[in-house]
Amino acid sequence: MIPIAFDYVRPGTVDEAISALAAAGEDGKVISGGQSLMPVLRLRMAAPTTLVDIGSIAEMKGITDGGDHLVVGANATHYEVMNDALVKQHAPLLAQAAGTVADPAIRHRGTFGGSLAHADPAGDLPTVALALDATMVAKGPNGTREIAAKDFFVDYFTSALEPEEILVAVKVPKLGDGWSTHYEKFNRTAQAWATVGVAAAVKRQNGTITEARVALTNMGPSPVRASSVEAALAGAAATTDAIAAAAANAADGTRPTSDLHASAEFREHLAKVLTKRAVAQAAGV
Amino acid sequence: MTETLTDANANPVGRPLRRKEDARLLHGQTNWTDNIQLPGTLHMAILRSPMAHARITNLDVTPALKRPHVVAAFTAKDLGDLNGSVPCVWPVTDDIQMPGFPALAVDKVRHVGDCVAVVLATDKYAAADALDAIEVDYEPLPAVIDMEAAIKQGSTAVHDAADGSHGTNVCYEFPLKPQGDGAFDAAVKAAGDDVVVVKRRFINQRVIAGYMEPRAVVASPMGMSNEMTIWSATQIPHVLRVLLALVTGLPENSLRVIAPDVGGGFGGKLQLYREEILAVQIARHLGRPVKWTETRSEDMVASHHGRDQIQDIEIASTKDGQIIGLKVDLIANMGAYLQIITPGIPLLGMFMYPAIYKMPAYEFNCVGVFTNTTPTDAIRGAGRPEATYAIERIMDELAAELDMDPMQLREKNWITHEEFPYTTVAGLTYDTGNYEAATAKAMDLFGYDALRAEQEQRRASGDPVQLGIGISTFTEMCGLAPSRTLGALKYVAGGWEHCTIRALPTGKIELITGTSPHGQGHETAWSQIAASILGVPVDDIEVVHSDTGRAPYGMDTYGSRSLAVGGQAIKKAAERLVEKAKVIAAHQLECSVDDLEFIQGAFRVKGDPAKSQPLAAVAFEAFTAHNLPDGVEPTLQAEATVDPDDFSYPHGTHLCAIEVDTETGKSKIRSYVAVDDVGIQVNPLIVEGQVHGGLACGIGQALYEGVEYDSDGNLLTASFADYLIPSAADLPSFTTDRTVTPSSTNPLGTKGVGEAGAIASPPAIINAIVDALRPMGVTDVKMPATPENVWRAIQAGQGGAQ
Ligand SMILES: Cc1cc2nc3c(=O)[nH]c(=O)nc-3n(C[C@H](O)[C@H](O)[C@H](O)COP(=O)(O)OP(=O)(O)OC[C@H]3O[C@@H](n4cnc5c(N)ncnc54)[C@H](O)[C@@H]3O)c2cc1C
Repeated sequence: MIPIAFDYVRPGTVDEAISALAAAGEDGKVISGGQSLMPVLRLRMAAPTTLVDIGSIAEMKGITDGGDHLVVGANATHYEVMNDALVKQHAPLLAQAAGTVADPAIRHRGTFGGSLAHADPAGDLPTVALALDATMVAKGPNGTREIAAKDFFVDYFTSALEPEEILVAVKVPKLGDGWSTHYEKFNRTAQAWATVGVAAAVKRQNGTITEARVALTNMGPSPVRASSVEAALAGAAATTDAIAAAAANAADGTRPTSDLHASAEFREHLAKVLTKRAVAQAAGV
Repeated sequence: MTETLTDANANPVGRPLRRKEDARLLHGQTNWTDNIQLPGTLHMAILRSPMAHARITNLDVTPALKRPHVVAAFTAKDLGDLNGSVPCVWPVTDDIQMPGFPALAVDKVRHVGDCVAVVLATDKYAAADALDAIEVDYEPLPAVIDMEAAIKQGSTAVHDAADGSHGTNVCYEFPLKPQGDGAFDAAVKAAGDDVVVVKRRFINQRVIAGYMEPRAVVASPMGMSNEMTIWSATQIPHVLRVLLALVTGLPENSLRVIAPDVGGGFGGKLQLYREEILAVQIARHLGRPVKWTETRSEDMVASHHGRDQIQDIEIASTKDGQIIGLKVDLIANMGAYLQIITPGIPLLGMFMYPAIYKMPAYEFNCVGVFTNTTPTDAIRGAGRPEATYAIERIMDELAAELDMDPMQLREKNWITHEEFPYTTVAGLTYDTGNYEAATAKAMDLFGYDALRAEQEQRRASGDPVQLGIGISTFTEMCGLAPSRTLGALKYVAGGWEHCTIRALPTGKIELITGTSPHGQGHETAWSQIAASILGVPVDDIEVVHSDTGRAPYGMDTYGSRSLAVGGQAIKKAAERLVEKAKVIAAHQLECSVDDLEFIQGAFRVKGDPAKSQPLAAVAFEAFTAHNLPDGVEPTLQAEATVDPDDFSYPHGTHLCAIEVDTETGKSKIRSYVAVDDVGIQVNPLIVEGQVHGGLACGIGQALYEGVEYDSDGNLLTASFADYLIPSAADLPSFTTDRTVTPSSTNPLGTKGVGEAGAIASPPAIINAIVDALRPMGVTDVKMPATPENVWRAIQAGQGGAQ
């Protein structure tokens, strides 16, 4: 648990950070809150020779209103996200999920961007980004590009970012009227990662669910949308039975792993139970 | 419930004083072993085996020597005679197999984490980096992991036999048959038709101590004269000194061992570790201070683990619930080597399976087995949590079989308070106890009947969240122990404790104890005991401990012994000091000793309160020695070394209500009531803290913690991300209370408390979960009762019911 020696730079702008990364070559690595990277370094599971600390880049901080969406700076901490008035109003699912991450100390250091870039299958925020159809704004030597959440999470701990790219901000669409949401996290201890998590957003009109989005945490190498649940919910009655029937499909198309916290079989079971609960909670039934 | 002692007249014993040591600890004015920085220090880094069982076919440390800042590197061969072997001081049987345990592995590695080579560098990071340069090749051997497979004929042997032939993995077999071999079967047979027999296999899983401060040691040969000073994050500086002298051949009188601030132990630092041997031997060899502070990853693989028993237990009773016999067969995992008391741990539980119950027949047998896993040894409770778990679990199973309320079954069989002292079927004599009183209080606090009613209602309505009630009416033996008894059990040490008290010329008191606190608050509690006898303010007493240079005699801290045994020595030393002072005071006051009474720290002439002499004045007189009575030596100090008359038998009733989500398998503790009887409480606030910590530890084992290996012997739970320890957020607010039944074998009336919570709570938790799920066909849930284990038990139970 002693990291190998590395060089450390702390640029003040995104462009400087990109140059620093390019200069470092293959063995350069971005560090933001360090809450995922430091453990990896200490266990010597990665050995970058240069760390580019993006923590003081002002243009990556803050949360602003972009009209039909919010712009969340990649450097916004979990603590800022969960307490931000705009997020609470327009993306309460994100505020709620950020509040379930780890413990207060980690939430004060860990960042939204770091969480997404890390692409941990057990991370809560990638799932929320997927459920809300967020768009990642990345900048690299070739300029800025936007990547949809569904294309961003590629594999275990692998995002669509190029090595020299930096995730600068995330555009989170505002949910309109009639939507309500819930994040249901299942973990073994209060501060542990999700064994399975379910992000649900439901649009209700009178007694009917008109549209639903359901995304799952830790049910495969990357967060996944439970599309057969979404299909079954569209137009379904907002009743416990109808929701339970739809949730029974939650494990369709998932590829959960077996680890110390749960077997794949148990995760599949949990996905169904938790989806039922998340959707019911969001739908207010 | 805290208070600060202002009334100088009040007896400080029994008062919930805030701990003296806390201000210093909480303000970071601490001195951990890793804080010690000596000029010229070399940092030691250890190359550890990534294989559970392998032959070392090639090992070359010379490339590491070329790395920057590296001063030396050693293999077992390089160290030669300096490569000491960890001794086992508890050879439980005459024919026990005691293989060598070299500090650096010789030829073979036997568990993941075994030490293979060391690098010494002037910089800690450089030492760690240089490990990569060591060239090492292994030829893998089959890993012996499963205990039952290990004891089968033809299994790969972890150790060759002493003569070099194919060895057996059986370390020892230890039977205890107080009523003779076959007593259990005979009792069952004699009962004819009126008998119910319940047999279960319980697994008491392997756990890790998980203290906050990892292990650390600094060995410095730069002391005065020939002294080697060793700072270690240990629970046992005194025992360590003796053992290090024996292992290294260094004269004991040249070793000084200091345990500075130590951040928790839980039994995990009741050890002589191979890393300590290496630090001392290399410091001696190179003539420079050597320092080693482990990483958490090292601690997980190389500090000793605990528990890990397969328990086959059988209980028989009449149909109306009178117990007629108990039979216990254990297989206990030693791990790859014997640490200092590894073989004795399961035997500390041997006497405790009959617990608080009366029965005519008891049989016990234990087979200790070697595997290619980290060695096991004492962890909080050591043998007794395992025993308590098995008996309290099977009492619930028997109650279910008899269709009897589990508390009624216990009441019917326990020793009643009129029956003490009571000699149990296992041969122990419990001095005092009152199980009825503790249970009545606990039942009252718990609201048993209302919870049972709610349980019925949830069952009737098919609520997905079911409610269960768990009982644990436990006792334990601690305060280890009368030296004579330890000798009879082949333990190579005694169980006495020492105290020296000095009244200094300025009136301050120095209390030198042989106990070695690492979080228990001895400085406060010991001051309270001495203050109550010496009549001085608690804050005028300074407790000196954990340094063999300043506190030369002691047997240290483990097994809930510090107050139970050490407290007696404090009392006796304080009383002796008063006796000596009285002689001087009588001389000063020109009266006879018999005319004096000692009240509130002053000697007074009976009937003439104006004539008095405070202890401080006597101490000053003893210092100047200008006017001492004939034959009285200068200085005012007294010492006492006390060997306890018997073990200490705290007990209590713990009740737990758990809500089990039958859909997810998640258990939530709704309420937990612990009524403990630890005899007289010197400081109820400290007792409260010990109970809370013990409960967290036991609940950790019941719900969260469990070491897992794969079949190749890789430790899967190698970090706190995978080895889950509960935090405050996972635990309920405990309801605790005490009954007070003073011990009659302890002059202070106290009993041990350090392990009680950890011993009592696992069966309370699991009984509650099983109770919640019994209508679903569940009769057992594996510890830790993770959501998946609970879910699988439900699946299996329902499958069985179909
Ligand atoms: C004990 C513990 C418990 C935790 N529990 C949870 C939990 O329950 N749920 C959960 O979701 N997470 C959990 N986490 C992870 C936490 O949320 C991390 O904060 C987050 O995953 C990483 O954010 P960071 O800013 O700390 O990133 P860092 O650790 O600094 O970086 C993580 C990775 O992302 C890359 N990176 C960071 N920022 C950028 C960027 N802007 N552009 C490109 N690459 C970037 C880094 O190069 C690195 O590879 C836990 C962490 C710990 C230590």
